[in-house]
Amino acid sequence: MPTIVFIHPDNRSESIDAVVGESAMQAATGNGIDEIVAECGGNAMCATCHVYVDENWIGRLAAMGDEENALLDGVATERQPSSRLSCQIKIEQGLDGLVLRLPERQV
Amino acid sequence: MIRPDAEVSGRLTEAPSGAPPIPRVDVDPFSNEFFENPYPAHEALREAGPVVHLDKWNVYAVARYAEVHAVLNDPLTFCSSRGVGLSDFAKEKPWRPPSLILEADPPAHTRTRAVLSRVLSPAVMKQIRDRFVDAAEVKIDRLLAKGSVDAVADLAEAYPLSVFPDAVGLRQEGRDHLLPYAGVVFNAFGPPNELRQTAIERSQPHQAYVQEQCQRHNLAPGGFGACIHARVDAGDITEAEAPMLVRSLLSAGIDTTVNGLGAAIYCLARFPEEWARLRSNPTLARNAFEEAIRFESPVQTFFRTTTKDVDIGGHGVREGEKILMFLGAANRDPRRWADPDRYDITRKTSGHVGFGSGIHMCVGQLVARLEGEAMLAALARKVATIEITGPVKRRYNNTLRGLESLPITLKAA
Repeated sequence: MPTIVFIHPDNRSESIDAVVGESAMQAATGNGIDEIVAECGGNAMCATCHVYVDENWIGRLAAMGDEENALLDGVATERQPSSRLSCQIKIEQGLDGLVLRLPERQV
Repeated sequence: MIRPDAEVSGRLTEAPSGAPPIPRVDVDPFSNEFFENPYPAHEALREAGPVVHLDKWNVYAVARYAEVHAVLNDPLTFCSSRGVGLSDFAKEKPWRPPSLILEADPPAHTRTRAVLSRVLSPAVMKQIRDRFVDAAEVKIDRLLAKGSVDAVADLAEAYPLSVFPDAVGLRQEGRDHLLPYAGVVFNAFGPPNELRQTAIERSQPHQAYVQEQCQRHNLAPGGFGACIHARVDAGDITEAEAPMLVRSLLSAGIDTTVNGLGAAIYCLARFPEEWARLRSNPTLARNAFEEAIRFESPVQTFFRTTTKDVDIGGHGVREGEKILMFLGAANRDPRRWADPDRYDITRKTSGHVGFGSGIHMCVGQLVARLEGEAMLAALARKVATIEITGPVKRRYNNTLRGLESLPITLKAA
């Protein structure tokens, strides 16, 4: 089970066990990470599962698609080069230790 | 009501060996009795099995969350291009030209869907947000001055009508056709009962209005409608497709939010503890709206058509069969939701199917949430009590669940 480290806006870090094949959004919402809202349930429509990927990890994720790129223009907090939608990050064994920073708000 | 021992004869492919017969359920989900109180029937449908057969309309149905979610998320097996109502476009002429997005499958759907997704994107919501919030506050101030109002006509209908047609860029004249047109659209997904037949018979003037408003020259610059037409210039859609995509906004963009807002106000009026929680923390407004969508499911049902022989929960269903999805039953399935019959404004609502799921999930969901959040936040900040002061009357529609009248008295905070 890959571990994902979520860093809350107050810098508190929380490690959770994710399941290979699920999305980082599902791992978060299934483990009580309240900062991930995911209003659309993972359909890449709402941009409320925004995360900032740690700089050591951003290059190791699969590239984003056009839809995700367009949605990121609408996130509630500032879009940064490390911004991704966690519903589009698929958990693989190679992502064990992935560090995702949570934004202050999603709406 | 349930006859689980009876097999649906002659309509099934050979079921997997040892599979029990598909339960037959004697329920008419398009009857006034059902509309008044669908919950006992929802439970019976869920408990009967993963897939059931509705003898009344000779159609299969799924009512459990897992199966509804699975059908929604397998659009190649459960297609939309044969219509998302009971009528099978492969066998019957549609009552209007089919929608280019709702009643389409990939790859055709992918292109038109992308256009509407961009027109109604999170970034666009940021631009219209202040206008929608201001209009909600003005509306509540006016209603507070009156005191006693009908929450359906004066609020759930009046507020979306005060913001959405302007956002689309519609002309002022003729907007009174919008709700009747949507009423026809959503009745027409149902079976050929009186609701559907009467609605279609009377639809001509509403159809003529909508067709005219969808033309480029009738849409104000900067609105959603003009933005759709601008995609013609970019080469993403044809000149003939643009008015049809504007039509989708007018079909599905108003009555749905009317019933969503109505559901939310009805919930908050009925559950004073939840109203108190919202008042003490108005930032819960958005989730309180979302939970009302789960709880009441303003869009109750949609159909799909099987494109091949399929297995649903161990039962075989042949190619070319209509499958009715009970979104409202899925949203209260105890297999998925803890305490499902409780309206809880702090519930984790992610995953509910009130807006659908998958590639056809409501493309206007962000507009709906913006309206819902703006209205409930204004109520929470400005209103102390919402009291139901007269008979609550239900409105009957083959697809939409909502009220005809909800008399309330508002007291200022």
